[in-house]
Amino acid sequence: MNHTTKLLASTLLAMGMTAPAFAQDVPASADDDVLKIGLVYTLSGPPAALGVQARDGFMLAAEKIGDIGGMKTEIIVIDDEGKPDLAAEKARELVARDNVDFVVGPIFSNILMAMVQPVTSTGTILISTNAGTSTLAGEACNPNFFVTSYQNDQIHEVMGAYAEKTGYQNVFLMTPNYQAGKDSQAGFKHSYTGATAGEVYTELGQLDFSSELAQIAAFQPDAVFTFMPGGMGVNLVKQYSQAGLSSIPFLSAFTVDETTLPATQDAAVGMLGGANWAPDMDNEANTAFVDAYIAKYDAVPGTYAMQAYDAAQLIDSAVKKLGGDLKDRDALRAAIHEADFDSPRGDFSFGSNNFPIQDFYLVEAVKRDDGFYGTSIKEQIFDDYVDNYASQCKM
Amino acid sequence: MMNLFVLQLLNGVQLGVLLFLIAAGLTLVFGIMDVINLAHGVLYMVGAYLIATFAAATGSFWWGLLLTLPAAVVVGLVIEFVVMRRLYARSHLDQVLATFGLVMIANEAVKMIWGTSPLSVPMPEIFSGSVPLMGPLKYPVYRIAIIVAGLAVALGLFIMVNYTRVGMLLRAGATNRDTVSALGVDINRLFAIVFTLGAVLACLAGALVAPILSVDTGMGESVLILTFVVVVIGGIGSIKGAFLGALLVAIVDTLGGVFGPILLRSVLDPSAAGQVGRVLAPMLVYILMAVILFAKPAGLFGRRA
Repeated sequence: MNHTTKLLASTLLAMGMTAPAFAQDVPASADDDVLKIGLVYTLSGPPAALGVQARDGFMLAAEKIGDIGGMKTEIIVIDDEGKPDLAAEKARELVARDNVDFVVGPIFSNILMAMVQPVTSTGTILISTNAGTSTLAGEACNPNFFVTSYQNDQIHEVMGAYAEKTGYQNVFLMTPNYQAGKDSQAGFKHSYTGATAGEVYTELGQLDFSSELAQIAAFQPDAVFTFMPGGMGVNLVKQYSQAGLSSIPFLSAFTVDETTLPATQDAAVGMLGGANWAPDMDNEANTAFVDAYIAKYDAVPGTYAMQAYDAAQLIDSAVKKLGGDLKDRDALRAAIHEADFDSPRGDFSFGSNNFPIQDFYLVEAVKRDDGFYGTSIKEQIFDDYVDNYASQCKM
Repeated sequence: MMNLFVLQLLNGVQLGVLLFLIAAGLTLVFGIMDVINLAHGVLYMVGAYLIATFAAATGSFWWGLLLTLPAAVVVGLVIEFVVMRRLYARSHLDQVLATFGLVMIANEAVKMIWGTSPLSVPMPEIFSGSVPLMGPLKYPVYRIAIIVAGLAVALGLFIMVNYTRVGMLLRAGATNRDTVSALGVDINRLFAIVFTLGAVLACLAGALVAPILSVDTGMGESVLILTFVVVVIGGIGSIKGAFLGALLVAIVDTLGGVFGPILLRSVLDPSAAGQVGRVLAPMLVYILMAVILFAKPAGLFGRRA
């Protein structure tokens, strides 16, 4: 045999050996009788509060259910440290080494983008409980990928629609200067047609907003719209009320919620946000969830906790439907798509792109009767709202 | 536009006095001890963490502040004794390496002790509101309090440097260290005093901003570069220069940050204008530095060319 033939032969042999792996869509994890779930959340660093809520929400449901899907359950919790490369590596380990059946998480869109391919390409199901990136809702939608939160733009659209409905003519927009910040302003303007008093992009991670607040004070807009997640939001909210600007309505997305309210407290009361749920919603499933969460963690759950709680309920409902047999992947995907569980948020179903179809509300930060701070439903803005990208999804 | 200008000027002055508190120590350490201390920002961070701890323990900002100052003295003395004392005779490169190492050690230590989540410090009740300025404009009382406190410290330093025996030694040391030492002044003691004074001022700056910013690791690095610019503009070793330089840098920085994008917005789209403005604003400070160094190579009040 000459070299060329040897090379050709070994290539063909290698292809022949790997071909079955290409063809098979049933991950090795489906074979055992243990239900393994990997949680990937940001549990350290400044934005850890969000990941901690999500983990706690999932664990609360897991504890309530006991054996999820009627199977012996094992949950592996991973901290992605807010690093996409680390998240991708950990996701690969979960799938390849730990043989998990489901991967649940993460909080942030950039981390989600890094995890999607390593998890879903093996046929393992990925359930995002917070990040809902536009590409994954549209062109890059994926049969093994489900979302229990929302499409990211929708929260910003809620605030835009509210500003439009209230008749504001002059809104000051302020978001951090990165992709999500730009998407936020675009999302707001998707449903708002009035003029803007200013469109300001701040440095990501900026903590002193004195010069932006000076502009707001000088321009006196009808309202301010902002998207300042995590510590940025805590600082902005405090400085906003210290600067005596509370008379100007403060519309926000991911800024005033149960993860930041313990730090901002009274400074945030009366500020508005958009959400798919609030802890004071009046239905049986929600009361049970919120009461159990407060009793266990001594804090009010936010959407992060609720959406992760639903992910556990979702897995439970789907696996029970199949009687624990996860080998038929089409049946598993169909069972998940049915979303046959009682969500604390009420109406919940999956659209064609595996993103939720649900209602959206205007929420307001309040001091609750139990002494905690939380958000409260003010009015419904959208009913059974489908995201703008669903039509681009071909699956 | 006038309203915005007035508000921004106040913001600039507020940032200026904070920069001054940090720069004063840095310029003394640099000018008198000839030590490049990259870890000066660490002291600012430690000040913020100290007040966060003490305020949480005592439940009061004022007790926190009162306890932070003696703690800052201890921190200053310990760092001087353990690290700085060994660096005086070394080259600048060794000093940079050692103090940069100190930055990393301190940041990790802070993470181990206080965790990675940012801490917050309650604002003192009487300063928590805002005062009407002109028309609909209001300004936070606390930021005015920072300005007043900073100016008071500046005045105190001015009196100390110009009218006391320690001040005389400081001025002499900044002009000619060897002669001061030859005249029989205990130079080790003078150095310890200088370093500790700088540490206390930096800790005070950190303690003062703690209620408006969240207390976070790495907050020291964000101000360090600006502080070095202040020191260079003001002239190494000059308190007066540090004061003027700090105000100049802060006002140029804050006004440039707001009016830059506003002016650019007339020619670019908002996102691009914001981006370009953000890039240009910090550049303004360095352009200012270049212009001043061109005219006065030793800085505004520097003695050594």
